[in-house]
Amino acid sequence: MRKEKMATRDAYGKTLIELGRQNRDIVVLDADLSKSTRTEYFAKEFPERFFNVGIAEQNLMGIAAGLAASGKIPFASTFAVFATGRAYDQVRNTIAYPGLNVKIAASHAGITVGEDGASHQTFEDISLMRGLPGMTVIVPADAVETRFAVKKAAEVKGPVYIRLGRPKVPVIFDETDYSFELGKGIILREGKDATIFATGIMVSRALEAADVLADKDVDVKVVNIHTIKPIDEDLIIRCAKQTGAVVTAEEHSIIGGLGSAVSEVLAENYPVVIKRIGIQDEFGMSGDAGELLVHYKLTSKDIVEGVESCLKMKKAL
Amino acid sequence: MSSIEETIKKLEQKTKIIRSYIIKMLAEAGSGHPGGSLSAVEIVTALYFHVMNIKPEEPYWPDRDRFVLSKGHAAPVLYAALAEKGFFPVEELWKLRKTGAMLQGHPDMKGTPGVEISTGSLGQGLSAANGMALAARLDGRKSRIYVLLGDGEVEEGQVWEAAMAAAYYKLDNLMVFVDHNHLQIDGHVEEVMSPEPLKDKFNAFGWHVVEIDGHNLEEIIQAVETAKGIKGKPTVAIAETIKGKGVSFMENQVDWHGKAPSREQMKKALEELGGVLDA
Repeated sequence: MRKEKMATRDAYGKTLIELGRQNRDIVVLDADLSKSTRTEYFAKEFPERFFNVGIAEQNLMGIAAGLAASGKIPFASTFAVFATGRAYDQVRNTIAYPGLNVKIAASHAGITVGEDGASHQTFEDISLMRGLPGMTVIVPADAVETRFAVKKAAEVKGPVYIRLGRPKVPVIFDETDYSFELGKGIILREGKDATIFATGIMVSRALEAADVLADKDVDVKVVNIHTIKPIDEDLIIRCAKQTGAVVTAEEHSIIGGLGSAVSEVLAENYPVVIKRIGIQDEFGMSGDAGELLVHYKLTSKDIVEGVESCLKMKKAL
Repeated sequence: MSSIEETIKKLEQKTKIIRSYIIKMLAEAGSGHPGGSLSAVEIVTALYFHVMNIKPEEPYWPDRDRFVLSKGHAAPVLYAALAEKGFFPVEELWKLRKTGAMLQGHPDMKGTPGVEISTGSLGQGLSAANGMALAARLDGRKSRIYVLLGDGEVEEGQVWEAAMAAAYYKLDNLMVFVDHNHLQIDGHVEEVMSPEPLKDKFNAFGWHVVEIDGHNLEEIIQAVETAKGIKGKPTVAIAETIKGKGVSFMENQVDWHGKAPSREQMKKALEELGGVLDA
């Protein structure tokens, strides 16, 4: 892990400019949050291809659908809570059902929204998007992965949900030797005692947890699941077979997100003990993002404890 | 006869065919929405058989005009026009709503040639039409986008988000028809949740507004021509219509919003429509 930090939304904004230069069909829409989602970078360079629809998320998704139906590749951005909640029916019926080529790149997902509180913190967005047939769901772990994921999203046909965050997060990957394969997890560390499947900002925390566990002679495998849908079933089953214990880590509700996806795969294919690290069935609250991560048990220490309790269960079997 | 008179006469004949298709496909389906399909027959017929620049043999021709049926439950009127125009065989109409059939209860763009956007959840078509109009402008195409809204449908807030945006973006390649048939499922539109004054609302939102008789083909065509001449703003034609128009026992009857005719009722309706289609 490098010392550098960068928010995934920043990487998104910069990548849009790259895409805009390469392809005239790339258009970007926002709903009065272009400064926060970083679509303002694109707006400055390509004003004629940027549409700020104002505070109207339903219309945002509908216009994006119409642009896609006419051959454009729209990236529609707003906060994740509004993109997936406020405009759920528009995403469902006018984008996902017809399989339109709309990329929903939503920032400010999860508890790290911080001070704005529960109304703006979504822990159910992955769940909502994952339930839609044909919707690809990507949660990048850092700025480098975001760049690759956004470019891939522009390449593939069909609707894609990209979950982005507000805070600066550690840069994990090296651009020169990183490759993004849609629907394929990435093994970041080999280990034999347990597997941690992590997504988004929890990937760097999982790596930290692995270091701590190594000092305790616990050898864990760490896997980055950047694509929640389609989920990498083969890799998940293989890791479960190799380690016999699984911990999932996500900045999302334990209901409906990565933890659920991994549990579904393993329950049907290769049942092992599983511990889900994530937000319990509750709403968020205002506070400093770092403090909230501690409060909601989303630290590397919580992952360590998760692995330890999982290993205890495994032993008791 | 002048050429416009001939045109109108031909279109009138088409409306009988379209209405007959609607009745028969709904009777075959055993469910669906006759009232709001019949009220929009003249508008849809004028668009598909006179106004719009489309190629049934090339449904995805990029320079085509587009029609968005925002009130998706009126799918039968769209399907009838598409079949009669040659987008797909007329036989498909008799499989409407059946398991495995192409024609879904509400329009599905993925499976049906000629359907420009999937609709059914009300209030969303105008937003999509905005996107199409913006795309046409970006690409420098002459395509025009036509939308049919229901007068109950405009109770959806998203319609007004989209109306605001269409005027803000000066979408003069966009034209909306409001099928003002005054009835929605639970009763009179004015009593359930009045959208009135509709004309003033659209005016206030920055639209050019015309009021027409939605069953008068000449007025519909004239409104389209007027809209083409209006620069810098979208046009809406508030079309005064009769729900269930053309079938005596369905006209102005709220119960015929979402109920299919029986075989007997179908026969009676087809007779009333001049017997252009066998039962």
